Amino acid sequence: MIRKITLAAVACFGLSGGLATAATGDFVPHTTDVAFSFEGPFGTFDRNQLQRGLQIYTEVCSACHGLQHVAIRSLSDPGGPQLPEDQVRAYASQFDIFDPALDDTRPRTPNDHFPESGMPNAPDLSLMAKARAGFHGPYGTGINQLFRGIGGAEKIYSILTGYTGEEKEEAGTLFYENTAFSTGWIAMPPPLADGQVEFADGHDNSVSSMAMDVSAFLMWAAEPKMMARKQSGFVAVAFLSVLAVLLYLTNKRIWANVKGNRHHA
Amino acid sequence: MAGIPHDHYEPRSGGEKWLYRRLPIAGLVYDTLMIPTPKNLNWMWIWGIVLTFCLVLQIVTGIVLAMHYTPQVDLAFASVEHIMRNVNGGYMIRYLHQNGASLFFFAVYLHIFRGLYYGSYKAPREVTWIIGMLIYLAMMATAFMGYVLPWGQMSFWGATVITGLFGAIPGVGESIQTWLLGGPAVDNATLNRFFSLHYLLPFVIAALVAVHIWAFHTTGNNNPTGVEVRRGSKEEARRDTLPFWPYFVMKDLFALAVILAIFFAVVGFMPNYLGHPDNYIPANPLATPAHIVPEWYFLPFYAILRAFTADVWVVIAVEWLTFGIVDAKFFGVLAMFGAIAVMALAPWLDTSSVRSGRYRPMFKWWFALLCLNFVVLMWVGAMPAEEPYATISLIATAYWFAYFLIILPLLGVIEKPLPQPATIEDDFNAHYSPSTGGGTPVAAE
Repeated sequence: MIRKITLAAVACFGLSGGLATAATGDFVPHTTDVAFSFEGPFGTFDRNQLQRGLQIYTEVCSACHGLQHVAIRSLSDPGGPQLPEDQVRAYASQFDIFDPALDDTRPRTPNDHFPESGMPNAPDLSLMAKARAGFHGPYGTGINQLFRGIGGAEKIYSILTGYTGEEKEEAGTLFYENTAFSTGWIAMPPPLADGQVEFADGHDNSVSSMAMDVSAFLMWAAEPKMMARKQSGFVAVAFLSVLAVLLYLTNKRIWANVKGNRHHA
Repeated sequence: MAGIPHDHYEPRSGGEKWLYRRLPIAGLVYDTLMIPTPKNLNWMWIWGIVLTFCLVLQIVTGIVLAMHYTPQVDLAFASVEHIMRNVNGGYMIRYLHQNGASLFFFAVYLHIFRGLYYGSYKAPREVTWIIGMLIYLAMMATAFMGYVLPWGQMSFWGATVITGLFGAIPGVGESIQTWLLGGPAVDNATLNRFFSLHYLLPFVIAALVAVHIWAFHTTGNNNPTGVEVRRGSKEEARRDTLPFWPYFVMKDLFALAVILAIFFAVVGFMPNYLGHPDNYIPANPLATPAHIVPEWYFLPFYAILRAFTADVWVVIAVEWLTFGIVDAKFFGVLAMFGAIAVMALAPWLDTSSVRSGRYRPMFKWWFALLCLNFVVLMWVGAMPAEEPYATISLIATAYWFAYFLIILPLLGVIEKPLPQPATIEDDFNAHYSPSTGGGTPVAAE
């Protein structure tokens, strides 16, 4: 029992040390509401933005983080970055994977997944955009989320742009002040700097613009079937609405002779 | 089947007669579909069909999900992501199943509160009510175990907290908890048995639903007036009722289509709105989430569980009286199960001779307060266990128990009910066509 507690304490300390310091009182993280193209029932992913996001993820985030649940082949799926298949093959082959069948490493193919996190303290980003809520309340009712969305992508954007420049060292780890992080101090150094990633088409590469692009990419990584899902939603709602009208008329017709026509014809 | 006099199935063609002598299944279907139904049923009588649909939806989507899911602690989370990303239409099946649970509970709460308002639990429908409560308990067990299967953070910690409730039972608690979990903590053995039981229980529910329907087909439906269908003759019964097919089947299907249009909008456009983001983080036994919150449909009873902390005088008194056997934790567990138990006992706690709340002027207000109270409990269940929420949950919990244990028994004695219509036909004619029958007009709601 004591061994277990000690083990848990050590592990918790290690984890929390890697992520953040202990909760600091009344700090309320701030989430900026970004008008992403994929919001609302009609929202769709912006293919060019996802491709830029992929480039930022590959050049910056993937140094520490991983996307273990995302298959590389899905980069060419409809409703995603939709890279041509030869580009996807070329992209996959940059990363090696250990193949137990060969007992050796080999370049990845599109059927393999993205590499996992390279650092134990860097969380996997496959579901990050769904695993955090940017908006809450008011008073625990969740009404804000009804109007502004859950805000996972906004949370990522706000973390990437929320650095104040303040640093502090605690127990040998350097922490960076961040207005969006749950405790206000984050172990991740500011990952983006203006002009850090060069886009082939010369697109805006300010921190804010890049943060938006990579947040959108991570939203796609977390919910790659979003556009298909919304389409199914529209078909289902449209079909059921027509069905409801027909059933309403049928029902009215059936009941007409029973109810007479004083209130309801 | 029903006690209401009506025409029964008569086999006509040669084939029907042949089958009828060997297996009267066509008669069973006919009598079930043609059951005389009070013709004044309002729109609160549609939830039964919605619930039946939910059960079928959950079983069908669940069986497909089970084909792709892996109940193993290292693979479960990834197998759900595999369903979401690689299985054809898997994201839709999984979101339907996930949100289907919410629709199921939404409908069951409206169904239960309809029963509470119109006195559907009263004699002779006590057995229908008790079976309904058993269905509700089985639904809660099924939903809880289903929520553990994706093996996210809330899955794991929810399972830890809820199975911990059994650990609060004095003496044998720890053994029961270990037996439930299959080990000292939530682990692979827990996941395996929860998967097995999550697959089994819906079929138990289906059997209970059959008995539930059998029971109320024996007594006949209640109705908004609470006045019984006349059973003196076929003609009398015919004036109070209409056959279920096609009148109520079409009405229910229309309502179902409207509800499903809203349901599919939720599934299509905001499928994670009712869930908790933490469940997209893989389970980690070493990192406790800041707030462990159950799904919305458990929140009222979760609030009751947490309401009785060690500093509440009732808890202190009971702990002293029982020589410390019933401590705050066990008291909370008793209160939570007690909250459902007092609801199940409503048929014997309600002393009023009037069935429908429509004709009970005082009851109406207490009932409205109960509905509001339920929403408040749901809200405080989601809030952190601190002031002022602790006090609010204590007051709301007290009202829940007071409603069933004090108000329902007392109201029957002190309340003066309003006049009720003599027959269902009178009520129906007051709302619709006075030309077809000469009933006395009754004040509508």
